Amino acid sequence: MTTTSSAFATAKAEGRAALVGYLPAGFPDVDGSIEAIRTMVAAGCDVIEIGLPYSDPVMDGPTIQAAAQQALERGVRTRDVLRTVEAVAATGVPTLVMTYWNPVEKYGVDRFAADLKSAGGAGLITPDITPDYGQAWIAAADAHDLDKVFLVAPSSTDERIAMTTAACRGFVYATGVMGVTGGKQATTDVVGPLVTRTKALAPAGLPVGVGVGVSTGDQAAAIAAHSDGVIVGSAFVRAILENQGDKAAYLKALSTLTEELAAGVRRA
Amino acid sequence: MTTHLNETTSFDADAQGWFGGPVEGFGGKFMPEALMKALDELDAAWKGAKADPEFVAEFDAILRDYANLPSPLYEAKRLSEQAGIRILLKREDLNHTGAHKIRNVLGQALLTKRMGKTRVIAETGAGQHGVASATAAAYFGLDCTVYMGKVDTERQALNVARMRLLGAEVIAVDSGSATLKDAINEALRDWVSSVEHTAYLFGTAAGPHPFPTLVRDLTRGIGDEAREQCLQQYGRLPDAIAACIGGGSNAIGLFTAFLEDPSVRIYGFEAGGDGFETGRHAATIVAADQGVLHGARTYVLQDEDGQTIESHSISAGLDYPGVGPQHAWLAKAGRATYEPVTDVEAMDAMALLARTEGIIPAIESAHALAGAMRIAPTLREELGPDATLLVNLSGRGDKDMGTAMEWFKLGDPDDETGDVSK
Repeated sequence: MTTTSSAFATAKAEGRAALVGYLPAGFPDVDGSIEAIRTMVAAGCDVIEIGLPYSDPVMDGPTIQAAAQQALERGVRTRDVLRTVEAVAATGVPTLVMTYWNPVEKYGVDRFAADLKSAGGAGLITPDITPDYGQAWIAAADAHDLDKVFLVAPSSTDERIAMTTAACRGFVYATGVMGVTGGKQATTDVVGPLVTRTKALAPAGLPVGVGVGVSTGDQAAAIAAHSDGVIVGSAFVRAILENQGDKAAYLKALSTLTEELAAGVRRA
Repeated sequence: MTTHLNETTSFDADAQGWFGGPVEGFGGKFMPEALMKALDELDAAWKGAKADPEFVAEFDAILRDYANLPSPLYEAKRLSEQAGIRILLKREDLNHTGAHKIRNVLGQALLTKRMGKTRVIAETGAGQHGVASATAAAYFGLDCTVYMGKVDTERQALNVARMRLLGAEVIAVDSGSATLKDAINEALRDWVSSVEHTAYLFGTAAGPHPFPTLVRDLTRGIGDEAREQCLQQYGRLPDAIAACIGGGSNAIGLFTAFLEDPSVRIYGFEAGGDGFETGRHAATIVAADQGVLHGARTYVLQDEDGQTIESHSISAGLDYPGVGPQHAWLAKAGRATYEPVTDVEAMDAMALLARTEGIIPAIESAHALAGAMRIAPTLREELGPDATLLVNLSGRGDKDMGTAMEWFKLGDPDDETGDVSK
């Protein structure tokens, strides 16, 4: 079985960064999102993040908010997210869930970890908890052998980067901009120093993925030169939003975008 | 009269922001890493400021000379006759901008200056905190952006105009339910991008640590003054105190000075909306469903999957699906009692105070009055007619006249249904 860290290791062995693709579950609908994500896997995503739609997503810009809201209005439930994980993980790609904290707490932290594991999920990316307030998740993840991906930001102090990376498993998610998803573009003058600091302070071998503010092949190439992985979310959501109602069109758009990004991470 | 910014109680948060500890308690700091440094800096700056006599003196002077504080403690004699016990009103409705909120924003804006930041952002529901923030920003010469749900900008056009006249930029938020909780989300999104030079003036004693403590410290003057005034005027403490609760800043501001007085019974009245049993309410503590919202573990109105449920109240200032974590802890620890008050009860209390005392209260504060009238018979029964109940009249009702006109049908002089004496 491919784990998150082995997917990063494989990419590294090929002399490139890994491509991490994000879509929220249940968007445009549950089966549609499964097919969309499988298309992204087939076209070159090395790792998948499945978003758990939440009513109050403070780290997300308008694009992902709109997708999450649409999914919730159509009645997507936490159990649908787990079903999506199962269907995507069955392709063999490492599949993480990106979620705000409250739905996990409400589901039951240990129960969520157990059900995620049995669905074949690799772990969680948690944008609104940090290790110093995430003891419950850390304990459950360790008990169920799951990845813990916490975030570091350009504003993080060295002390906090050391603390955060020490608690990570799988990779550490470095936010490429001070801002929300789908807004400002990540630039190497911000990403470079953040990744350098993170590498210096993190346990040896922990991959650093860069997300937020990456949407094109050229940007992926630029960011790939400074990191172990490039994470793209809003651009995939946009590909569906712009072709909504036309499944063939959005699957094609997703496939084309994935290929462009996959070429980008190989160009660095 | 000086504020007791730096005093502590046994119900305070620990250094990590937990009220009642990390396992059983509430609060904490569930926030994106991008904001953690700013929150730590705010925490450190506040600890330094409240221990600095110069800062405290400056704050007190601004409250006195600019905000018209301390507010009077007023014995409502005609209302007391109806209640059968003595009712004292803490007149926060007489403050500059018409509510207790001016204390919080002037304190946070003064802290912003001290920290060397040049811009403030704020969320607002009905617009009261937005107007207060715009006022404080004008006073201190800071740039100000206020996020307000689009639905609310339409319902509260007059407050939008006030904020603009005061020089603030008002941004209508149309994501999510386009109300207060979404305005908070949008303000947080702004803050993630602007944190280097921008302070977030949080409007209530909720949110991530240190906001529940910071806002509590800045509003605790309500209770500090009221306690001293009550001792001076009556030679004794009140038997009970009452306040309304949305996020809970006016309530925690009143309660704090009395937390260590075991003889004083403490009551918080939440918005019961159409009635707690209908599910259309904002009585978060009464519902007692624990969750994490806007950075804190607290009680949250949510569905089985942890998605936030929209709250309902005739009072925009109480219409919030979360509550400050210290209130959640005071409820769990049994130090304060929280009950719901419906829209109907609150509007009746609004009319009652207007007609008995010539004071038109904010609908928020009318919830506290309605609750006070509900518990008065019990206090009289147990303690006799000398029982004293101190109610925080947190704001004035001018802003609510549109709602009152509609509710009481006051617009047409020929329509007798508008005669509330009938």
